[in-house]
Amino acid sequence: MRMMKPYFSVLKLRLLHGMQYRSAALAGVATQFFWGFMYIMIFEAFYDQALHNPPMSLKELITYLWLQQSFLAFIMLWFRDNELFDLITTGNIAYELCRPCGIYGYWYAKLLAQRLASALLRCFPILLVAFLLPQPYRMTLPPDALTFLYFCAALILGLLLLTAISMFIYISVFVTLSPTGSLLVFGVFGEFFAGLVIPLPLMPPWLQEMTYLLPFRLTADFPFRVYSGHIPHNEALAGIVFQLLWLAALVLLGRLALTKALTKVVVQGG
Amino acid sequence: MIAVEGLSKSFKVAKRSTGLRQATKALFFREHTTVNALNDLSFSINPGEIVGYIGPNGAGKSTTIKVMSGILVPDRGTCTIMGYTPWKDRVAYVKNIGVVFGQRSQLWWDVPVIDSFELLRDIYKVPDKEYKANLDLLIETLELSTFIKLPVRQLSLGQRMRCEIAASLLHSPKILFLDEPTIGLDAVSKIAVRKFIKTINLEKDVTIILTTHDMFDIEALADRVLLIGKGKLLYDGRLNELRSRFGSHKTITVDYRVMEKPIAISGAELLSWTPERCVMSVDTGKVTVSEVITQLSNQVDLLDVAIEARPIEEIIVQLYKEYQI
Amino acid sequence: MNLYFNYLLILFKSQMQYRTSFWLLTAGQFLVPFSLFAGLYFLFERFGQIRGWDFFEVALCFAVIHMAFAVSECFARGFDTFSSLVRTGDFDRLLVRPRSTFLQVLGSKFEFTRFGRLFQSIIVLVWALSSLSIEWSVIKVMTLFLMVVSGVFIFTGIFMLAATLCFWTIQGLEVVNIFTDGGREMAQYPLNIYQKWVTRFFTFVIPFGTVNYLPLMYLLGKSEGNELLYMLTPAAGIVFILPCLLVWNLGVRHYRSTGS
Repeated sequence: MRMMKPYFSVLKLRLLHGMQYRSAALAGVATQFFWGFMYIMIFEAFYDQALHNPPMSLKELITYLWLQQSFLAFIMLWFRDNELFDLITTGNIAYELCRPCGIYGYWYAKLLAQRLASALLRCFPILLVAFLLPQPYRMTLPPDALTFLYFCAALILGLLLLTAISMFIYISVFVTLSPTGSLLVFGVFGEFFAGLVIPLPLMPPWLQEMTYLLPFRLTADFPFRVYSGHIPHNEALAGIVFQLLWLAALVLLGRLALTKALTKVVVQGG
Repeated sequence: MIAVEGLSKSFKVAKRSTGLRQATKALFFREHTTVNALNDLSFSINPGEIVGYIGPNGAGKSTTIKVMSGILVPDRGTCTIMGYTPWKDRVAYVKNIGVVFGQRSQLWWDVPVIDSFELLRDIYKVPDKEYKANLDLLIETLELSTFIKLPVRQLSLGQRMRCEIAASLLHSPKILFLDEPTIGLDAVSKIAVRKFIKTINLEKDVTIILTTHDMFDIEALADRVLLIGKGKLLYDGRLNELRSRFGSHKTITVDYRVMEKPIAISGAELLSWTPERCVMSVDTGKVTVSEVITQLSNQVDLLDVAIEARPIEEIIVQLYKEYQI
Repeated sequence: MNLYFNYLLILFKSQMQYRTSFWLLTAGQFLVPFSLFAGLYFLFERFGQIRGWDFFEVALCFAVIHMAFAVSECFARGFDTFSSLVRTGDFDRLLVRPRSTFLQVLGSKFEFTRFGRLFQSIIVLVWALSSLSIEWSVIKVMTLFLMVVSGVFIFTGIFMLAATLCFWTIQGLEVVNIFTDGGREMAQYPLNIYQKWVTRFFTFVIPFGTVNYLPLMYLLGKSEGNELLYMLTPAAGIVFILPCLLVWNLGVRHYRSTGS
């Protein structure tokens, strides 16, 4: 527990920081609502005259979209931490090496805390209102309690996984030295394959197969479809195992890559 | 040339609180406080003067400069500069002034200095002939020729400040506002900048208003000082008068063999004390320096005595203390 | 105008100092709308049409809006990133210069990397136009051109409104994304696919409808009644900039009285 203390302080600091900016939080909520409505209307229009039955009902899709807006901070790759970027591009990373905790763990906690703080401030008002909206925009409850439990597990693992992925953005900046460039590339590909542009079931089959091979969909598409029951329980369990495996692999890989990048910095720094 | 009459300006500032509970509270309520940045300020400045505008941080210096340069509109009061009201005819008025903000740059960071100058020429619509003449003069007096073709980001702070000042003089303004022009400069650059300010004041008859925290700037340049505190004008007069008013103090540093405990001498204030050395400030109006030394030598074995006039910095500190600002 | 060109030149020189980053970002800007367009394509592959519009018609709409957005982000970037100008206090600097604040802010920044996005949109435009059977006439070409111009004016107007907000608060500016990014995203489909109130809002308040819906109907031969009226609607979008200018000037006045 004592080892975790610095990480908790980071989280608390972030929460405090976020609360100072109430208008920012309000603005965020308003923005997310707009996007939610817009996407729903677009899909509504597509579904209106669909010839075949789409592989995902409009109701499931709407719940999917509201979850996406509520937990945006859990699933967006372009959440940037300028402090870390500056550390890397200016070479001040050397100071970070003096801290008593490992850099990977510290950065991971920092990024995680940032996402948690932002989501905590924003998800409840969005969810609350989304449950009270008139049909057809209303968000639905999960079919049963077990589904909800699966969803919670999948969402949290998804967040851990996404943070692990986002660590690679920062590590890549050691090479590209262009935060915006790295963010752009990771963001565009990652979000497309996470099902944020269009949900996975609506993609053509060949693309779906490709997406299933990548970890991105486990961060957003997977937990959201578990929630609506679109993914049955046995598949959900398998998915959670996959999440764990990917998480272990990515953290391990990330640690290796970071260590390598750091030794290079130290060598360069003489 | 400049007439300021009854200028007042207040700002609303939101209170920021710390702690999780306070922060939560601030989500719903926010308290404001009103700060009177300027409070019935009046003064006038004649053509060709160099005026030092001093005061502690937050006294209202930059607010005054902002009002006089047409950026801010005051709540009350009038200000007439060369027949203009700065905040009313902004575009017509600002053609006649130059402003240097010491902490900010007006040059384009990534391009050669000369490119910035040319763009400024177009912004101010300076006729070619006048631009050429001004540029030549500035390059010569400020010795810019060696780095004028370099991008600004490669210049040293001193070189950059020289370019900043040159940039604000390209359109031959009649008034120059200098907001901390020597901040962060090394000794050599400071002296160069001061010398140049003096030169353009004399040769081009430019009226200069200068804010600074460096009292040596004031000493070297300004023959008149305006002291402002809490938005009010506290002192307006010659620097020399200030000095004679507060300069009656001398600082004496004494080294001696051993002093068991501090010795009290009336009229002398003990500034620091150790068994080997003490520093005291002597008010020569009450007790003479020789009297103090005599009293000291009667009690301890003196090794060395140094007597200094009070530096201008200390006078200002004393002044701030006196006005409780 | 001459001054504006000089601003352009000096900023272009600045950006050319960082050539690698410049090309990287230009390429990135090419990719961003590409993933959006891919999403659009896949949706049409599954559903075939959206409220009677087919893929190439929507692609045309997409191209026009993204072209307009790219151009305005390139040239009106100064307003888009205005909050930093206020935060650093550099706006004061603009106020002590004898030119209009509008021109100076416009000239404070250009984002040339947005040509990547523009290029991508032009490819989509060419593809859409070559697959649609439109009977071209001089007036139709003009209408298409006007659509893009009108879009540029609307986006610039929105950037200005957002910038004006900075005079009051530099927090919560995220909400402006609804009208910039949101407007772009929304207007990449013809407006009539949305609910009535949305269509109305984005026609009469923020006139995206005059860019991507009314003239599009005329272009595709779907319009009824007076064609000239349809053709002229983009002009209404251009007028949108006038109230924005007014609001901007109000904002500058507020700034000068509070100095915040």
